[in-house]
Parts: sequence; C-alpha cells; structure tokens
Amino acid sequence: MTFVSKPAVHHPKLKLNELGLNRRDYEGSLSTLCAGCGHDSVSAAITLACSELSLPPHRFAKISGIGCSSKTPSYFLGKSHGFNSVHGRMPSVATGTNLANSSLHLIGVSGDGDSASIGLGQFAHIVRRRINMLYIVDNNGTYGLTKGQFSATNDQGSTSKKGVPNLYAPIDLVSMALQLGATFVARSFSGDKAQLVPLIKAALMHPGFAFIDVISPCVAFNNHEGSTKSYGYVRDHDSQVVAADLVMHRDEITADYAPGEREDITMPDGSCLRLRKLSADYDPRDRLLASNYIMQKAAIGEIVTGLLYIDPAASDCHTIMNTTTQPLSELDESVLCPGATVLSEINSSFR
Amino acid sequence: MKPTNILDPNYFHKVVDCQWACPAHTPVPEYIRLIAQRRYTEAYMLNWDSNVFPGILGRTCDRPCEPACRRVRTEEKPVAICRLKRVAADHKGDIQHYLPQVPEKKNGKRVALLGAGPASLAVARDLLPMGYEVHIFDREKAGGGMMRSQIPAFRLPQTVLNEEVDLVLDMGVDVHFEYEIDSMRDMLDKEFDAYFVGTGAPRGRNLEIPGREESGKHISIGIDWLSSVAFEHIDKIAGKVIVLGGGNTAMDCCRTSRRLGAESVHVVVRSGFDVMKASDWEKEDAMAEGIPIINNRPPLEFVHDNGKLKGILFQCVEQVEDENGRLKSVPTGEPDVFMEADHVLMAIGQENYCPWIERDLGIEFDRWDCPILNTETLQSTRDNVFFGGDSAFGPENIIQASAHAHQAAISIDLFCSGKDLLKDRPAYGLRLRSSKMGMHEWAYDSEYDGSVRHLVPHVDPSITLKDIKVEVELGFDEKLGLKEAQRCLNCDVQTVFTEQLCIECDACVDICPMDCITFTPNAEEEVLRTTLMASADNVEQDLYVSAPLATERVMVKDEDVCLHCGLCAERCPTNAWDMQTSIINIPSLAEPSLPRARGVQIMPGKNDSTPRTAKL
Ligand SMILES: Cc1cc2nc3c(=O)[nH]c(=O)nc-3n(C[C@H](O)[C@H](O)[C@H](O)COP(=O)(O)OP(=O)(O)OC[C@H]3O[C@@H](n4cnc5c(N)ncnc54)[C@H](O)[C@@H]3O)c2cc1C
Ligand SMILES: Cc1ncc(C[n+]2csc(CCOP(=O)(O)OP(=O)(O)O)c2C)c(N)n1
Ligand code: SF4
Ligand code: SF4
Ligand code: SF4
Ligand SMILES: [Mg+2]
Repeated sequence: MTFVSKPAVHHPKLKLNELGLNRRDYEGSLSTLCAGCGHDSVSAAITLACSELSLPPHRFAKISGIGCSSKTPSYFLGKSHGFNSVHGRMPSVATGTNLANSSLHLIGVSGDGDSASIGLGQFAHIVRRRINMLYIVDNNGTYGLTKGQFSATNDQGSTSKKGVPNLYAPIDLVSMALQLGATFVARSFSGDKAQLVPLIKAALMHPGFAFIDVISPCVAFNNHEGSTKSYGYVRDHDSQVVAADLVMHRDEITADYAPGEREDITMPDGSCLRLRKLSADYDPRDRLLASNYIMQKAAIGEIVTGLLYIDPAASDCHTIMNTTTQPLSELDESVLCPGATVLSEINSSFR
Repeated sequence: MKPTNILDPNYFHKVVDCQWACPAHTPVPEYIRLIAQRRYTEAYMLNWDSNVFPGILGRTCDRPCEPACRRVRTEEKPVAICRLKRVAADHKGDIQHYLPQVPEKKNGKRVALLGAGPASLAVARDLLPMGYEVHIFDREKAGGGMMRSQIPAFRLPQTVLNEEVDLVLDMGVDVHFEYEIDSMRDMLDKEFDAYFVGTGAPRGRNLEIPGREESGKHISIGIDWLSSVAFEHIDKIAGKVIVLGGGNTAMDCCRTSRRLGAESVHVVVRSGFDVMKASDWEKEDAMAEGIPIINNRPPLEFVHDNGKLKGILFQCVEQVEDENGRLKSVPTGEPDVFMEADHVLMAIGQENYCPWIERDLGIEFDRWDCPILNTETLQSTRDNVFFGGDSAFGPENIIQASAHAHQAAISIDLFCSGKDLLKDRPAYGLRLRSSKMGMHEWAYDSEYDGSVRHLVPHVDPSITLKDIKVEVELGFDEKLGLKEAQRCLNCDVQTVFTEQLCIECDACVDICPMDCITFTPNAEEEVLRTTLMASADNVEQDLYVSAPLATERVMVKDEDVCLHCGLCAERCPTNAWDMQTSIINIPSLAEPSLPRARGVQIMPGKNDSTPRTAKL
C-alpha cells in the first residue's frame, strides 16, 4: 500500500464524459492493498467502465463480503452507497438491496474464498434468483487477507509459496454460474484491461444477473512459480474466445469484420453489444457448448477468457416475482397502506 | 520506438525543465530542496557555482526557467524559482569556508579580461582557483558593468551588488579600473596568454525622425540616461516624460523617471502589448506604479518650437496577421496623435559597438558588428581572443553572461594548456542515486503540494516612489519561502524503469494521477503519442520507452506532466520503478563548492557497464 494519497490533480487533457465528469471523479479512497495486487486493477477497471458509460457515480450500491477483494469497494466510486457485509454473505445483502431499490446500479465484489468456500450456498442462490447486478469475483486462488491458505478455486497440484501442492480439485465458479442459469457469464484477467473494461461495461448494461470471474493475482501469497493464478501463468495459458465491445451509439460502429466473426446484440437501452469471435468454434449464445468448451480447455490447462455466455433476452428477479421496481423509499403511504377496502378485498380473495 | 537511452545525460537533464532552460544549468530542484531544509548557505553555494551572482539574479534574472517549469503544465503558475534564489541569498550564513582556495603559487599564465561586467567577473571566478593571473580592465571606478550602471537601485540594492562583485574581485584579481581601452592592438602588445572580451553591447539605438537633432537637448538615449542616474550625475527629471520603447530598459526608464520627480510619465510602444520585449512582471510592476503603457503608436516626428521640445506626433496602427501568421503593423487610418512631452527617453534597443578593436588583428566581425565565434568554445577567429556576455552575440542578460563565462573559462584553460578546445572539452555526465530509504520512505518530499504560487510582498508605493534607493520587493520571508519551496516537484528525482523486474500488473498505470504510464504494443512515435492513456501532444517532451516486456508490449511514459510524486514506485511490487536522483554534471572548470551527494547507479537486476559520462 502507499501512505501518500493520490493527489486530486489530473492530466490537463483528461476527457470528460457525457455528465461532464472525468475518470478521476469515479475513484474511491486510498487503497490499503499490497502494491501490485490484482484487485486494485479490477477497481481501476470498474472506475474506467463506469465513467465511460457516463453513469452517475452516486447512483451505485457496492456490496461485499470479507477478504482483500471485499475491501475494494472502498477504493472505487467513492461517492456512492456501500455495504461491507459478513464473510460469504454479500449475496443476501445484495438481494435485499436490489429488492428495496432497483434503481441503483448494483455491484457485488467478492473473493474466491468469500464466494466459493464460506459463501458457496449464497452464491448458488443469488445466481438462481437472477438478481439484476454485476457480481465480480476477484479470483486469486487463495485467502489473501488471512495470509495465503489455498482457496476452493485453487487448482489441484498448484503449490503454495513454500512448495506444498494443493490436493483438492478446484471449484469453477464460471461453470457453476452457467449451470445455475446465469444470463451473462464472463472470465477475465486483472492484467488485461483491454478485455476487462468492455466486459464490465457490458455486464453493467445487462438487464439481469451478470457474473465475471476475474483472475486477479495475489502478489503477496500466490504469484510464485508453481501457482496457476500468477501473472505469468495466466498470461501464458490465457485463451480468449469472445471479445465484447459495448457501443453506445450505433453510428460509432466503424470497424469492418468478416461475416461470422461478429455479432451485434441490441441492449435494452438502445446501445449495441458487439461480439467479436476470437475462436471460430465458439458460440456465446449456446450454454451447453460453453460449458463443454470451458471444461475441455481446462483439461488441457487452458484458461478460457472473454464473454463466455450471454442471453440477451434475460429477465430478472423483479420480473419473475412481479414486484415493484420503484424504490421502496419512494412508495408513499397511499401505496403502502391502501386502506380498509383493499384489505377486505384481499381477505375475501382467500375465502 | 527504440528503447530510451537514459544513460545519455541529456535525457534526464531535459526532464528537469528549469535546469535545462537555465543557460547556466543551475540545479534548481536541488537548491530548492536545500532551502526546504533551511540549509540556505548550501543553497546559495550551489547557485554560486552555477551562476556566480545568486543575490543579484534572485532579484533581476530574466528567469527563462520559470516559463519552462513543469508546474506551468500541471497547473498554471511556475514555482517562483527566481525569488527562491533570493531567499537563499537573503538567509545564508557565513560562506567563507565554502569558497574555493586560490593558490599562492600561480601557474604562470596571464589572462586579460576586458570589461568588468558579469561575464568577465565570472571568468575570473573560474580561472583564479586554477592558478591563473587574472587582470580586469574597465573604464568605470568599480566592477559590475551594466548591473551597476543600468539596473536601478530600486530593483537591485548596491549592497547586494557590491557583495557579489567583491566576492570575485577579492579572490585576487588584478584590477585596472578607470582604464579606457581604446586599442585592442595595445592590449595584445601586453602579451597576455589569453584575452576575454566582456565589454558588453554598450550603444543605445537612436531614432532618426524629423525634429530629432533640433530638440536634441530634451531627448536622451535610455541607457546613457540610466547610467547617469546610477552614477548620480542626474537626480531629477522635470515635466512630462515620454519613454519610447517596449523592452526592459523602457520599464526601468519610466519607473526611474517616476521616482525623479516627473510630472507625468507615459510609455509609448510602436507594437502591441503582447509582443513587447519587456518581461510580464516588469510591465506589471510599471503599471502598478501608475504608468500607462500606450501601444500601437510608432513615432513620426519630434515637434518643437525653435529647439524647445513640445511633444511627439504618433501614427495609429494595428497589428494584423499576414499570410504567414506573422504580425504586421498596418495604419488604421485614424488621424495622427500628438502627445505633449518635455523630455523623451529613447529605449529602443542596444547594439554591439567596439570601434577600439582594430579590424586588422585577425578578429573578424559579421555585418551586425558581432564577432565571428565558435558557438561552443566562444573562441574568435584569433585563437587567443575569446568573447562572452553581451559582446558575443548581442544584448542578452546576466545569466547568459555567466553561462558564456563558464564555457569561455574552459576554453581558455584548454587553450593555455595546449589542448584541443573541442576534442578535449570535458563531457556532460550523469549520476543516478536511488532515493529509496525504506518502505514508503524517500530521500525527498514526494507528496504533491497543490498550493498556488505565493506572491512576493512589496514595500508600499508611497515609500518606494519617493526614494529611488528603496528596493520595491521585500522578498519572501522564511515562512513564505518555505511554503513556496514545497511547490517544487523535484523533477530531478527521476522515474527509472527496469524492464526485467516488471510483471505488468498495471499498478503504476492505475495509481499515476497524471496518466503518464501506458503498457502498449510498440509503434512509431507519432502513433504512440496518440494512443497512450493520455494523448502526448507536447512533442517538446520526450517519451520514455522500455525494451520489450514479457508480453512483448513496451512501457511508455510521457514525461510531460509527471509530478515526480513517486506513487508509481510506491505501488510497484517488484521495484521495477525506482525514484532516482539524477545529478547532471555540467562541465565547469571550478570544483564544486559543496561535496555533491555522490551518486551511485542503482538499477536492480540490470548489470550494465556503460560508462556514466557521454559526450554531447
Ligand atoms: C536598463 C537595463 C536593464 C537591465 N536589466 C537586466 C535585468 O534585470 N536582468 C538581467 O539579467 N539583465 C539585465 N540587463 C542586461 C544585463 O545588464 C547585461 O546583459 C549584462 O550586464 C551583460 O554583461 P557583460 O559582462 O557582457 O557586459 P556589461 O555588463 O555591459 O559590462 C561591460 C563592461 O565593460 C566596460 N567597457 C566597455 N567598453 C569599454 C572600453 N572600451 N574600455 C573600458 N571599459 C569598457 C563597461 O564599462 C562595462 O563595465 C539590463 C540591461 C539594461 C540596459
Ligand atoms: C465467518 C468468518 N470466517 C472466517 C473469516 C476469516 N477470513 C477472513 S478473509 C477470509 C478469506 C478471504 O478470501 P477471499 O475471499 O478469496 O479474499 P482475498 O483476500 O483472497 O481477496 C477468511 C477465511 C471471517 N472473517 N469470517
Ligand atoms: S494479500 Fe494478496 S490479495 Fe491481499 S492485498 Fe495483498 S496481494 Fe492483494
Ligand atoms: S517543479 Fe521544480 S524542478 Fe520542476 S521545473 Fe519547476 S522548479 Fe524545476
Ligand atoms: S512519478 Fe510516477 S506516479 Fe507520479 S506522476 Fe510521475 S509517472 Fe505518475
Ligand atoms: Mg482470494
């Protein structure tokens, strides 16, 4: 970490977004993570994505559990709402947040320990419930905050810093999310903002549950030879399948692609998600194929990254349950307390 | 782009914008740090080594460093570099023990310095410790040249001037004052081993328009008039005064007139306000004293009544851009204007003038009457004669005179030792020293200070306008000086990158407040400049490019607006970034007065044996 905070002064030509804000307006407070921690890069990518989307920085809710990763919501979007909850319980608090106020952009940040160990049950259910949110796991294969125990996503045979191999097979959160019905599933790498930032933008605009597993090396405890979640290992074994570019206005689309290489998906707000296939035999709309492909590649030691699955016709929890999307705080007394006549109508419907 | 050769001393020197812009390459950030540590004496000596007249320059320097200062680009106003120099001079303690030893036993070589202005004095300062016998000749009673005869006392008190002039003379110069040099041939007959001509550019330009001759009694050449004031031959000016000209001399003339009892003073300039030669602060100071500056009025005629000056007739023009974008004066067609005047001071420029150098001595001159010189060695076409200061390339300023003097002294020493002036010239050098002291601990105050430039307090005009000897500026007191010192960004503490250590985690990119750093596929410079984190539009500033990294990308750093805050190095998990203090060795005859912090190259992981000095 640093003790000197990042001064407010910025590049004189820093671009302004449609709200007249620059990227620095989306930053948070001084990070206390280790210098070089991948999680800080993920925070920077979120900052960049939100400012490029011109989303109002105070209209976010950031929820997290416990872990170095779960500390990061303090380090981005400093002017928004946040809840640093209990280990593994981010999904519950996020669910409540979304039910109470779905007008806030919801970002949940968790770690592999937070989501794949103690919080695995919570993870499964929030996916199943289709909460409209961006769920990010900063996946470093270790419990960083408690000083480097193997986590449940750590690969079998991958070693600790002292050279001791991990004896258990890993949980793959991406495969689980696919199996549990997530409508936006991606994997990326903290060291590749060119891939990560557009994925975060697309996920924020996705009208349902969006999950991104970000491999985010722990420089302190899991960045050595023998680790499969180090900067070097991930770069060497990265296999990119589909790149996503969110284009805010259709007329900005200029690049030409050969047919079959690209696909445009219209987003609910009129923007366009442009998919570029980097691997010919991959279709990000085919859930089964995606699952198989990821497992096949994992078997030969490749880490598949990019937009792995998307269902453009996604729906969310509020639609499924037919609940109000109006923030509860905005419901007035006449709506909350509709009076004796309505109550007697309801009562009579049960008779 | 090719990887940057950071061992070329010019590379990091250029990053220290102020030092690079200073003709004498004064190590500005280093002395500002000494001021911040309240080590004023050391700060003074560091200056003295580079520019010989810190107290004088801290009040009068043309300050080319300030427009170059990085803070102009990161915010707006430069560090008050010049006034901090004065802080060092005002607060210094005893400097005797730092002064160079002048050997009793001379080296047998005799050098004549013609003129006792700043150029000659600085040559004397450099030559004396080497054992030279140095003789100075000047027609005046005292040394200092135009610093004494031109710069008014309300900008430069005599005590300050005397102190720094005497410091040099007391090192053991043989002075020949009140000595009019009227023949170079005679001087050469004295058989000195080398001659340095530092006689300045002493002739003020005249304006040949109708009425000039007839009303001559009421018209003075600005610099002649100023020297008469300085030497107390003139102590008042009556009636309405018009000063013609838009340079610093005009500003000194009008402000002096204002103090000597003029009924009214106007400055009239033939061109526009923005293109006036006077520095902004000189214009501001004149206007603050209630002196109007009237622009776009070229003079047509001195109107007089039988030799009694009545005033001046001016044409009305405006500045129009021609097809090449150059400004041109075009008459507006308005009727000519007449302005009353009882006295006119002409401050429309200075020229080189040395009729006493016979033209058959092998010293050649160009058509502007400037000597033909080697620009690096300052040697004339006669091998034992050197020029410097205003006499070399026309009127400049004190800091330029000191810079010339260092080069001329090196040349004279090489010449007298029978060496080649170019091949044997000492080279520029670079020393780098890591400023890392420990975890998050740096040998400099790395944190960015966002405060705006502090203003120098002035004495109340009701006092200064009455007495020409009262210095207008009070200078920073200690408190303000220390605050202003904090604004310096320490541009000499360099960001040094070691590619072998970089794991490309992006930590530096994320933390850099100024978006200086990008990891990108390599490309040509023009392409890179437009594809970085922030577009690198200032082509004057270099891009620092690494060798290819593990991903085959390169690290590119735009030096333009780097704050030298060290956050990149603090955030780097592997020390691939390090903040290293660069000490640029500027060739000089004189040994440094301070034991300069010895630099050792610390570049972890890199085992190169490239020598740390290189020739320009
Ligand atoms: C009005 C005015 C204000 C200025 N203000 C500033 C300022 O604020 N800051 C700044 O940096 N610069 C200023 N300058 C410029 C600065 O004074 C000169 O650039 C500088 O003094 C040049 O130094 P020099 O050693 O080359 O020559 P000079 O200072 O001109 O010294 C030349 C010396 O040679 C002597 N000399 C000349 N010919 C003979 C001869 N034939 N026989 C004997 N002796 C001779 C002269 O008496 C003089 O002492 C100003 C100039 C003027 C005119
Ligand atoms: C209920 C509970 N059990 C255990 C802990 C101890 N604990 C704190 S953080 C952590 C693991 C965090 O790992 P991960 O989510 O991967 O975060 P990282 O630090 O690696 O980013 C554990 C087990 C706790 N804080 N609370
Ligand atoms: S321990 Fe690991 S995960 Fe935690 S801050 Fe340090 S590098 Fe990041
Ligand atoms: S900030 Fe300091 S070191 Fe940098 S250019 Fe300005 S005065 Fe010089
Ligand atoms: S020192 Fe480093 S972090 Fe600070 S502005 Fe310069 S490049 Fe950026
Ligand atoms: Mg973890």
